[in-house]
Amino acid sequence: MDLSIVLILLQDGVTNAAIYALLALALVLVFTVTRVIFVPVGEFVSFGALSLAALEAGRMPGTVWLLVILGVAAAAATLFAGRRDLTVRSVALTLAETILLPLAIAALTAFLAPHKPPQLVQVALALLIVAPMGVYTYSAVFRPIAEASVLVLLIVSVALHLALVGLGLIFFGAEGSRTEALSRASVTLGDLFVSGQAVVVLGVTAALMVGLYLFFERTLIGKALRATAVNRLGARLVGISPGFSGRVAFALAGVIGALGGILISPLTTIYYDTGFIIGLKGFVAAIIGGLVSYPLAAAAAIMVGVLESFASFWASEFKEVIVFMIIVPILLARSYGTTVLEDEE
Amino acid sequence: MSAPLLSVAGLCVSYGRVEAVRDVSITVAPGAIVTILGPNGAGKTSLLGAVMGVLRSRGTLAFAGAPIERRAVERRVADGMCLVPEKRELFVTMSVEDNLRLGGFRRRASSDYGATLDRMWTLFPRLKERRAQMAGTLSGGERQMLAMARALMSGPKLLMLDEPSLGLAPLIVRDIFRIVAELRDSGVSILLVEQNARAALELADYGYVLENGSVVLEGPAAALRQDERVIAAYLGIRSVAT
Amino acid sequence: MSASARTALLLLVAFAAALPFIPGVPPYWITVAAYIGMAAIVALGIVVLTGVAAVVSFGQAMFVGFGAYTTAILTTRHGWPPLATLPVAIGIAGLLAWGIGAITLRLKGHYLPVATIAWNISFFYLTGSLDYFRRFDGIAGIPPLSIFGISFAEVTRFYLVTLLVVVALVVVTRNLLDSRVGRSIRSLKGGALAAESFGVDTGRAKILAFVYAGVLAAISGWLYAHFQRAINPSPFNVNVSIDYLLMAVAGGVGQIGGAILGAALVTIVRDKLQDVLPWLIGAQGNYEAIVFGTVLILIFQFAPEGLWPYLRRLFGPPARARPESAGAAGLLRPARERPAPGAEILRVTNLRKAFGGLVAVNDLSFTVQAGEIVGLIGPNGAGKSTSFNLVTGVLAATGGSIAFRGEEICGRPARRVAALGIARTFQHVKLVHGMSTIENVALGHHLRGRAGALQGALRLDRAEEAQIFADARRQLERVGLLDCADTLAGELALGQQRLVEIARALALDPVLLLLDEPAAGLRHAEKTALAGLLRRVRAEGVAILLVEHDMDFVMGLTDRLVVMNFGSELAQGSPADIQRNPAVLEAYLGSAA
Repeated sequence: MDLSIVLILLQDGVTNAAIYALLALALVLVFTVTRVIFVPVGEFVSFGALSLAALEAGRMPGTVWLLVILGVAAAAATLFAGRRDLTVRSVALTLAETILLPLAIAALTAFLAPHKPPQLVQVALALLIVAPMGVYTYSAVFRPIAEASVLVLLIVSVALHLALVGLGLIFFGAEGSRTEALSRASVTLGDLFVSGQAVVVLGVTAALMVGLYLFFERTLIGKALRATAVNRLGARLVGISPGFSGRVAFALAGVIGALGGILISPLTTIYYDTGFIIGLKGFVAAIIGGLVSYPLAAAAAIMVGVLESFASFWASEFKEVIVFMIIVPILLARSYGTTVLEDEE
Repeated sequence: MSAPLLSVAGLCVSYGRVEAVRDVSITVAPGAIVTILGPNGAGKTSLLGAVMGVLRSRGTLAFAGAPIERRAVERRVADGMCLVPEKRELFVTMSVEDNLRLGGFRRRASSDYGATLDRMWTLFPRLKERRAQMAGTLSGGERQMLAMARALMSGPKLLMLDEPSLGLAPLIVRDIFRIVAELRDSGVSILLVEQNARAALELADYGYVLENGSVVLEGPAAALRQDERVIAAYLGIRSVAT
Repeated sequence: MSASARTALLLLVAFAAALPFIPGVPPYWITVAAYIGMAAIVALGIVVLTGVAAVVSFGQAMFVGFGAYTTAILTTRHGWPPLATLPVAIGIAGLLAWGIGAITLRLKGHYLPVATIAWNISFFYLTGSLDYFRRFDGIAGIPPLSIFGISFAEVTRFYLVTLLVVVALVVVTRNLLDSRVGRSIRSLKGGALAAESFGVDTGRAKILAFVYAGVLAAISGWLYAHFQRAINPSPFNVNVSIDYLLMAVAGGVGQIGGAILGAALVTIVRDKLQDVLPWLIGAQGNYEAIVFGTVLILIFQFAPEGLWPYLRRLFGPPARARPESAGAAGLLRPARERPAPGAEILRVTNLRKAFGGLVAVNDLSFTVQAGEIVGLIGPNGAGKSTSFNLVTGVLAATGGSIAFRGEEICGRPARRVAALGIARTFQHVKLVHGMSTIENVALGHHLRGRAGALQGALRLDRAEEAQIFADARRQLERVGLLDCADTLAGELALGQQRLVEIARALALDPVLLLLDEPAAGLRHAEKTALAGLLRRVRAEGVAILLVEHDMDFVMGLTDRLVVMNFGSELAQGSPADIQRNPAVLEAYLGSAA
């Protein structure tokens, strides 16, 4: 194994890791704010990638209809939950957000898709279609059972994952797609051939992380989200409603998931069910970060990505075994040092 | 006497089949300090939780003349109620100033945010010294002050305090009680749950005694201070000693 | 269990057994029923593991795989008869569960479920990549089930065997949960701290639940291999594990009936959807996953506890027949030898506890003698409960010494402190809410009984159980709560729950009794009764240390008082002295504002 192979593996690993890191951040965010382990984040990846592929082919992606359906479900759940305290304004706002917006996006897609717009427009459109599903998912599925135990929330999350995978198969069929590279440029640095796509992935990831950092550190809403994560009761007492924080968290997770799919789809063929295993690796990274620490989760994601890359070179058959078995000792190490006795919820 | 700011009637709070609060009715007049006394486990904290809306309850709740039973906690905060809970519930990994900033989360106008913040720095000068420090690194007394300041940032009409003196040294307790009196003088009504019965009754205008979830005694604070039963149960040692 | 519920269950079993012989029942139903039975066995293990012991595992399909691969390899390559491989499958799964559990169950919170995912995925890829397991092709040619020459290849026969196994395991699971060991597993949910304080090794109880669930899964896998006659890694992957968890949770995790209901529901819904949907929608496609997911989401929107709790209300509360008082005594460990009155029981010297920079207990020293009630008083937050936790080993002291009957006990874990005869109650009541009052008291007998898991599962522990429950009734009678013996502890009023804690503490047969606010929430008459009880316990030679805020109660009952403020000792002396101590008056009443 010479240096150039090491460098290529590193590049591959770090590029994949960037996407795992994004997903890990989304998972940490959603979990700390709402206690939901957001298993379907992987489906957002698949949907983002496959919607973009459909648009590239000049077709209307089936996810548009899912967006409309989820919007209707969100509207129903929101209005039902608030049925005792409805005002004209609140109803109008809800309907605008959950019915009009998806319809507008659907209309826009129907208009643009056949014309095969430029790549950047396609990317924006794919994001517009997939990202809002995050909020609707929260309103329709998780908000009504926000007080349930972590276990029940997790099981519901799994059920949602199953339903979305099934929908993915209907919308996109069993064949995989690979989208065009977001950048075809490439640079050769000594032994290393740097692909433009890798640069785009790393650049967008870095930009998103800086953006999120600023959001959490500098804005009142970002601070409100952190406050909810730190102390749910305290946040309610200052008037931050859990529903509000949950919506923001899921909205961000939707954007991150969809973007992750758009970034990774030029690198590997994405099938309707590929998202799950990608999400799982993000999940592993998030867990190593204890589901609370963003920097640790990002670092863990890089470790997972690089490890996976090298494992697939040395022993591709055992790639997954190596990646998943390495986390047991890490979890053990992280588990030591705190108090032994705890009463579970 | 003016219309009550808060009126609670027939309030019940249950945990499963255990009733923590049974048919409690209390009122708080504008600008008054009302105290709720009672032994640990009497239902005082549950009562405050129900009034604030963090616990489910049955019964009627009216604030500033409007029924609020169906309003969510955040609506009640916007209406002008706030609770400083027994455990403070601070955002421990965030700075003192961020905690205060979030205390003003529901304020519509951000214009008077600065003015309110300045007022907090005047009321609690210790907090100003520590404005950039993490809330989790504060001492017990400073935490209580921060919890009160955070609540006041929302510009409340009614401030509910759950055991503000818990675990604090007498000097700090004195400080906190002085601030509570100042707040009352500036027009904020106070609902005070306190284990330190004597201090609470000296400060309050009116008091209720809660036992096993029910009000067993109520009256003007001056009268309660003289009441045989209160003396026996809550000012206990003194009555035996003198 | 009430008589009507028992009848209903028996009818259900009879119906299940008669199912293949009812004319008109399609044979295909019997196949589905056999699958339900095999899934129910795994779900039953999850009920014990997740529902009762509160351990979430995403790896149960791996244990099914252990059972299936064990018998597949032994029968196809080594010519073993199927029945002979069952003990081996159980043994291997049990050993591996023990090993994996010993490593993994140390993990806290969400690490544990993730680690089980990791194990399961690794198992899937290992079996899929290694020649030994014939990679993803799997192992074919597994012989059908035959027992003593009788073949069970035919579906109806196999189904009846499965049903028999399910019924047997339901009985064994019920027995296990209703035993001394079962109570220690049940205490893991919500009462782990209290259980440790009564001598339960909760870590061991957790591993036991893990092994039990693993063994049940392996039994299911053993059946599966002989039913399918060919296996590959797919049915043992993590998504199948999730399916098993779904079954248990949808049925109502923690309920034995829920496991079977959930297994039936999930299997049938999945199966029916495959038949009905194409006909209904008129299109071919993978719609069942969508409908299945949506149905599950809806179930949880309306029944977050799962379905079984709803159905159970039809049959009334599950009161259980208790073993009646046995004549012969002496199975329980005998009452401890009482120290002579006045002998020193507890000596605390310069005890200190710091949480970070905060000193909660600072240089505290006091003694307690046999036949004496000492009160520990002081304002809230003075460090009284922390002192209790230090003496009972729940917290480790930062400095100082705690001697019990002359022996240093500082640094010992709670369950070893309990073994010396130190029993306690908690300021914030720690009963297992899902257990009846008398079972909570019986948790206090943990150290006095001996029966193990196997004896419990096979009902060989009845004589001992009878004595435990006879004594538990006696203790409940002493605190005046015998009427509530079969009420769920969570349904008692707070004051009553405190009394149950006292009964549980007395069940340990303590030499030293620590009571944290025993009178809080009691009415006047109840307080008087409690004071009477504590005087009688004192007269038996037990040393009592008591934290209490009700001054009338404290002053009338205690022999001596230790007053704390801000973690330090403020004064010690007789109640009369303390009442005249100016420093105490100042601290306790607080200074006037």
